[in-house]
Amino acid sequence: MKHLISIDDLDQEEIEGLLDRAESFAEVSKRDIKKVPALRGRTVVTLFYEASTRTSSSFELAAKRLSADVVSVKSSGSSVEKGESLKDTVETLSAYDPAAIVIRHPQAGAADMLTNWVDAAVVNAGDGMRQHPSQALLDLLALRQRIGSVEGRKIWIVGDVLHSRVARSNIQAFSKMGAEVTVAGPPTLIPRRIEESGCEVRYSLDEIEEADVVYSLRMQRERMKESFVPSIREYARLFQINSRRLTPRQLVMHPGPVNRGVEIGGDVIDSDRCLIADQVASGLAMRMAILFELLAHGDHRESAEAPVPIGEPA
Amino acid sequence: MNEVIDELPEYDSRVGPLPEPMIQREGPAATLLIRGATLLDPASGVDGLHDLLVEDGTISRLGEPGSLEPGEGTEVIEAGGLHVFPAFFDPHVHFRTPGQEYKEDLETGTRSAAAGGYAGVLAMANTSPTVSTPEQIESLRDRASKVASVPVGFLATVTHGMKGEELTDMAELRQAGAVGFTDDGVPIESPRILRRALQYQRMVGGRIALHQEDVELSGAGVMHEGAVSAELGLRGVPSISESVMIARDAAIAGYEGGKIQIQHLSARESIQQIRLAKAEGIDITCEVSPHHLCLTDEAVRTLDASRYKMNPPLRTEADRQALIDALIDGTIDCIATDHAPHAVHEKEVPYEAANMGVTGLETAFSSIYTNLVLPGRIELDLLVEKLGCGGGPFGIEPFSLAEGSRANLCLVDLEAEWVVGEDGYESRSQNSWCAGESLRSRVMVTLADGQVAYRLRSFSLGVA
Repeated sequence: MKHLISIDDLDQEEIEGLLDRAESFAEVSKRDIKKVPALRGRTVVTLFYEASTRTSSSFELAAKRLSADVVSVKSSGSSVEKGESLKDTVETLSAYDPAAIVIRHPQAGAADMLTNWVDAAVVNAGDGMRQHPSQALLDLLALRQRIGSVEGRKIWIVGDVLHSRVARSNIQAFSKMGAEVTVAGPPTLIPRRIEESGCEVRYSLDEIEEADVVYSLRMQRERMKESFVPSIREYARLFQINSRRLTPRQLVMHPGPVNRGVEIGGDVIDSDRCLIADQVASGLAMRMAILFELLAHGDHRESAEAPVPIGEPA
Repeated sequence: MNEVIDELPEYDSRVGPLPEPMIQREGPAATLLIRGATLLDPASGVDGLHDLLVEDGTISRLGEPGSLEPGEGTEVIEAGGLHVFPAFFDPHVHFRTPGQEYKEDLETGTRSAAAGGYAGVLAMANTSPTVSTPEQIESLRDRASKVASVPVGFLATVTHGMKGEELTDMAELRQAGAVGFTDDGVPIESPRILRRALQYQRMVGGRIALHQEDVELSGAGVMHEGAVSAELGLRGVPSISESVMIARDAAIAGYEGGKIQIQHLSARESIQQIRLAKAEGIDITCEVSPHHLCLTDEAVRTLDASRYKMNPPLRTEADRQALIDALIDGTIDCIATDHAPHAVHEKEVPYEAANMGVTGLETAFSSIYTNLVLPGRIELDLLVEKLGCGGGPFGIEPFSLAEGSRANLCLVDLEAEWVVGEDGYESRSQNSWCAGESLRSRVMVTLADGQVAYRLRSFSLGVA
């Protein structure tokens, strides 16, 4: 694995490998000293062209836990605001000789372009509405830790699939790992012919009972102005994930940030069935695993097998 | 059903006399002998092995192979194994002059045309500023008379600044030399404005070329709406954004007795609308681009905007096959490249941010020959004919290889193999949809209006 651009680039075995690695890092995170020296002396650049809280903080902390030096660039307040092109910004940052560049960009394919311009490993932290592979991987990790394998499980992804890179990555990731994926939402928010990506399509929650896992997507209020839905009220009435719609065995996930009372009911968020906190915790471990696999795995200077916390006897 | 008013009086231009539509740089008229080439001119019926003598820019004689002798100083091309076709005519190119000469200008654009075997092109008017006044037409024609290596004609905009609000001075533009009218790059959104333009056309002539797109339906789309856009998360342009506009404008043209050219067809729904309109006797003509004949939206998976982002977008295999069928059955009148050069920095950006358009002049023949003729999907005759007849909708006759014709021809090696872009481009831009592809067949020499407009660098001529 040279870069992480799209779930499409990974096979089942590679995904399992990342999940195993992430579980070992999840262990590390429970220790008193949470830092391992795997990437000591190496530089990770995070380049965020979109506002982000959890993804950017999670990648930064992951890099720091691996002892890398971290440079964080955000589009606001940087040369990007002065109209510098993506290529020029990236070439400037390349002068630091980063081992990895983590990029989030509002347009599809930005991360792919970087792979042509730099020697660093490139991690796609979200490109337009296309892919958000680390999210899909951390979701798999959260599920593995709660229910084990997703093989044969029924997973419903509910809401604004049209505008969601999370949905696109997760359809691929879940189905690649053997789950049966259904997307549900109003027809205005389900992309035409998405079923060819390997999922079922429903325009109602009538059959949601069959789902083992319900993955709720963020519903942006602006969608009302663009006539994707007549009103947020009607949307919530038809597609909100709340306890009345669910049976006790069903799990609920959400990539955050949530709109309480819109796509998901507060009663669900605060219940045990909700994996949102697990997802955040998995995010850190999974991003450590991603950086480790890209930068340290197969590196002869370090043992790739058992990362040992700094200060603890080997 | 669209209502066609056939009681309207026969009309023709009331604003004449009009200037010669096509303008080229003055240069020495060619005198050369092409020996033993296979001539193919489907229109005039010239076919088979011939010697072809050009004297003073005119095809003076055709003869059996080996029968014609060069006069003193006549260049001789030993053309055994090569083909000669009437030169091509492209009714749809963007030469970016004035205002965006960093992408292309009349000199590089016409050189690019010559390298593709073209001896005539029509330049679109969506320049910066747009070509909307007679003075601009005069200035462009003046410039072309100094630098154009193949004859070029100019279209003017239908509306001022292509804003879709007020008609340009269409009569004066015609008198200044505008071959036709177009707001290409954007559709004429208002049916009222298009109707007025078509009414006015009865007096001034000049076909109106239409970029068909309902912007309400295409929205912020950057590629064909379908399975690929769904998976890539790119906003889609539905096929109906094109076909509903064709249906609307065919009805308006039928009602007003107007002449319209539908540009760059991309969707099978559109072809259906064209068939209906033609069956009703509406004066509608249409063109298709080489890239829509050869590529589908699957190519967009590469997210390579330089090669695969254009408007209208590449559509599905079913659309592509429908376009080929429509070319074969005559529904589509001609092939036009929509040659749209852009600078590297406008294309080397994420797909959604990149400019729309690809270059196509230098590869039009070779790309279609490689992708459609060699596999047996279309005949060589059809390709030669459809590349050659693009001037028809604008009143410009196709070129001919018959004796006595002005020499407008191209010499093509059907066996040649080359990698597009390997030796650079004649165009100032590099956004060829064929970049890096290996193509079969190559234009070696082009004669345009009696002058040698192009010869491949490695292809030498002997002098008797």
